[in-house]
Amino acid sequence: MTITLIFLACIMATVIFWLLRQTFNIQPWVSDEVADEVTGMSLDLKPQAIALTTFMAVATSLFALFASAYSLRMEMPDWRPLNEPMILWINSFFLVLASIAYQWSRAKVASTDIGSKKLVIGLGIAGVFSILFIFGQLSAWQELNSKGLYVSSNPAVAFFYVFTAMHGIHLLGGLYVWARSLAKIYQNQDLRIVRTSVELCTIYWHFMLLVWLLLFGLMIAT
Amino acid sequence: MSYVALVDRDHEQDHHDPDTFLTKYVWSQDHKVIAIQYGGLAILVGVVALVLSVLMRLQLGFPNEFALINPESYYQFVTMHGMIMVVYLLTALFLGGFGNYLIPLMCGSRDMVFPFLNMLSVWVYFLSVIILIASFFVPGGATGAGWTLYPPQSLSGGTPGTDMGIILMLVSLGVFIVAATMGGLNYVTTVLQYRCKGMTLMRLPLSVWGIFTATILALLAFPALLVSAIMMILDHSVGTSFFMPAMISEGQQLSYNDGSPILFQHLFWFFGHPEVYIVALPAFGLVSDVLATHARKNIFGYRMMVWAILAIGGLSFIVWAHHMYVSGMNPYFGFFFATTTLIIAVPTALKVYNWVLTLWQGNIHLRVPMLFAIGFIFTFIHGGLTGLFLGNVTIDLPLSDTYFVVAHFHMVMGVSPVLVVFASIYHWFPLMSGKMFNETLGKWHFWLTFLGAYAVYLPMHYLGFQGVPRRYFSLGTTDFLPESAHTLNASITISAIILALAQLLFFINIFISLRNGKKAKPNCWGATSLEWLTPDTPPKHGNWGHDLPEVHRWAYDYSVPGQSQDFTPQTVPASEVPVGRDHGVDHDT
Ligand code: HEM
Ligand SMILES: [Cu+2]
Repeated sequence: MTITLIFLACIMATVIFWLLRQTFNIQPWVSDEVADEVTGMSLDLKPQAIALTTFMAVATSLFALFASAYSLRMEMPDWRPLNEPMILWINSFFLVLASIAYQWSRAKVASTDIGSKKLVIGLGIAGVFSILFIFGQLSAWQELNSKGLYVSSNPAVAFFYVFTAMHGIHLLGGLYVWARSLAKIYQNQDLRIVRTSVELCTIYWHFMLLVWLLLFGLMIAT
Repeated sequence: MSYVALVDRDHEQDHHDPDTFLTKYVWSQDHKVIAIQYGGLAILVGVVALVLSVLMRLQLGFPNEFALINPESYYQFVTMHGMIMVVYLLTALFLGGFGNYLIPLMCGSRDMVFPFLNMLSVWVYFLSVIILIASFFVPGGATGAGWTLYPPQSLSGGTPGTDMGIILMLVSLGVFIVAATMGGLNYVTTVLQYRCKGMTLMRLPLSVWGIFTATILALLAFPALLVSAIMMILDHSVGTSFFMPAMISEGQQLSYNDGSPILFQHLFWFFGHPEVYIVALPAFGLVSDVLATHARKNIFGYRMMVWAILAIGGLSFIVWAHHMYVSGMNPYFGFFFATTTLIIAVPTALKVYNWVLTLWQGNIHLRVPMLFAIGFIFTFIHGGLTGLFLGNVTIDLPLSDTYFVVAHFHMVMGVSPVLVVFASIYHWFPLMSGKMFNETLGKWHFWLTFLGAYAVYLPMHYLGFQGVPRRYFSLGTTDFLPESAHTLNASITISAIILALAQLLFFINIFISLRNGKKAKPNCWGATSLEWLTPDTPPKHGNWGHDLPEVHRWAYDYSVPGQSQDFTPQTVPASEVPVGRDHGVDHDT
């Protein structure tokens, strides 16, 4: 549970510290012309960005709890460490490439116009590598399966399946938004909409990469 | 990246009203309709849970007189009752119901930021309820594992509902979590980014603060339940041993290995304790606004109230193991959790003092919502004090799993939030429906509910002291229980039946008021917050007519000395207040 506690403590501390700063030293019962001009936005961010950040906090909590469960379950006598398939290294590399491609597309969408070929190419590469990652994960499953390591064989194996599945589902959710951004480009929608979509996806992809590296790290370290 | 605020873009957007019956009432994206769908459904399942509790009481008060109730069904009733009340009624009603209705109105926006997501949220919630109710009808019936669902007994023979029931329960919870997360993203974003001009965070009514903080707790705590649900489904269906230890059940060696039931308890309570505050914080917020309005006084210590809400929210994540004192934990561990548990009582007590001080020398109008709100202060103090007992390890050990715990949590998170629910429904009913409710019926409803609740739960403390265990189908004959314990049980049952029947008064009241109630005047209580200041009562789609409101003050300018009216709505600028005011400093008048 320590991992979770540290993660959640960080999130809670940030939220509470920020909220306290908003509330400290304010006397709301005094009439205040500066406050009268406040726009009603607490942060200079699009609502979508706030929603994404919040969602990432939820996902962080979810994966941190899985990691805590992993570390608690490890202490039981029947735990046999798993030899993670080598293909995971290749998969990780794919995910890094997807992230880089997204970062590149983001730079493009900021500077070019909507019809830009480069943007489509960048997004295409990001998507293809993400899909490759998912197929790579599936083939890791297959490899374990063929070695006779089923989900019920050992808790370490079970956690491996659960971690990869949960991470994969989150990435698939991302790919759904990715497909929608491509569709928006083809429908020639407003550049601002496409820009938001690509910018937020980039952040999400980096987040998914980070989550994967931490989970992967946890599994090979133990 | 800079983003243009909602208020500055309001006129760019066209607000086309839904025109067909379906888009208006069924697939509606209007937060007010969604709120009523959420709330109505929550209350409907709540009634199911209430009926279950009466069935349980029948068995406890008059053992074995009712053939309908056997040990299996008793456990199923216990489980479904608890889970429905905590999750599907209170959480859904406070966040999905009141959160949806009040957040946009109190923040001065036209709707939630993501109306479509909001609509999805309520329909996904509906789905989770269907799955839950379906579990009554599958082979083996609903799960009887207790609302805590502790393995190994929730998955092993002897417990009802181990084949399909438990799976449906877990899946339903998972679906509920998806719904709550979709709703939660909306509430957080709306509060942060969609307030009207002049509405600083510190000018928000406490209702919004309570719901907002509870939403953050829900977003971070529900994943723990999801994690445990996923792992338990795997243990059940594909033979993993996350939680299930090696064990022999009904003479058979099960195929599990060294799983850790304690791990489940940690995960469950990591969700479970914040969950009690997910229910409590919105209630704290709502009741503060009801008290201030009907006492015609500003809420005492507004800033302290906000900080207390935040402090409770933060602390509620580091007390979970006080539910596990009897699990054989390291004493230092127990000491840590006992300490944090007692610390969390400090901000909680602060809030109670502030409510009482708000009433102090107020111009109290004992209308129905106010009665319920004051009733809440009583029951909450009561339940909070028994919490202090249970927070201490040495006192908890003998009391754990007795009726004392049942009494504690029913006072503090059963009766108290429900009283706030009624206070809030009566308070906002004129706004939501445009009709007044019947005052006399409402008062009868209050007194029967309040006194009935005491008649039910007060005696349970004594039963607990005598060692009556909770979750027992029948007590049989034992040496340590005097005959009077059984008589007490019968009396509790009779009170419980009266209490349950008294709730009919509420439904009758709502029903006849909707049909024949007097038309409600706009802002009938003379409140200051924005939801009462809409051009129409009840507010129409888009809430504010042509122009968004602009806010010039906090939500608690009641009885400001030197002003001709005893309330000043948030939209009134300083220059338009009748007489010059000196910051609302209260003189003895
Ligand atoms: C003054 C603050 C409080 C303290 C010190 C406290 C302490 C405790 C303790 C130590 C237990 C475990 C008893 C046992 O199982 O042996 C408990 C149970 C419980 N408390 Fe509280 N509590 C407090 C406030 C609350 C509030 C505000 C709520 C809800 C709104 C709440 C809801 C519950 C519930 C639902 C249980 C029973 C869970 C179960 O075993 O099924 N408590 N409390
Ligand atoms: Cu607790």
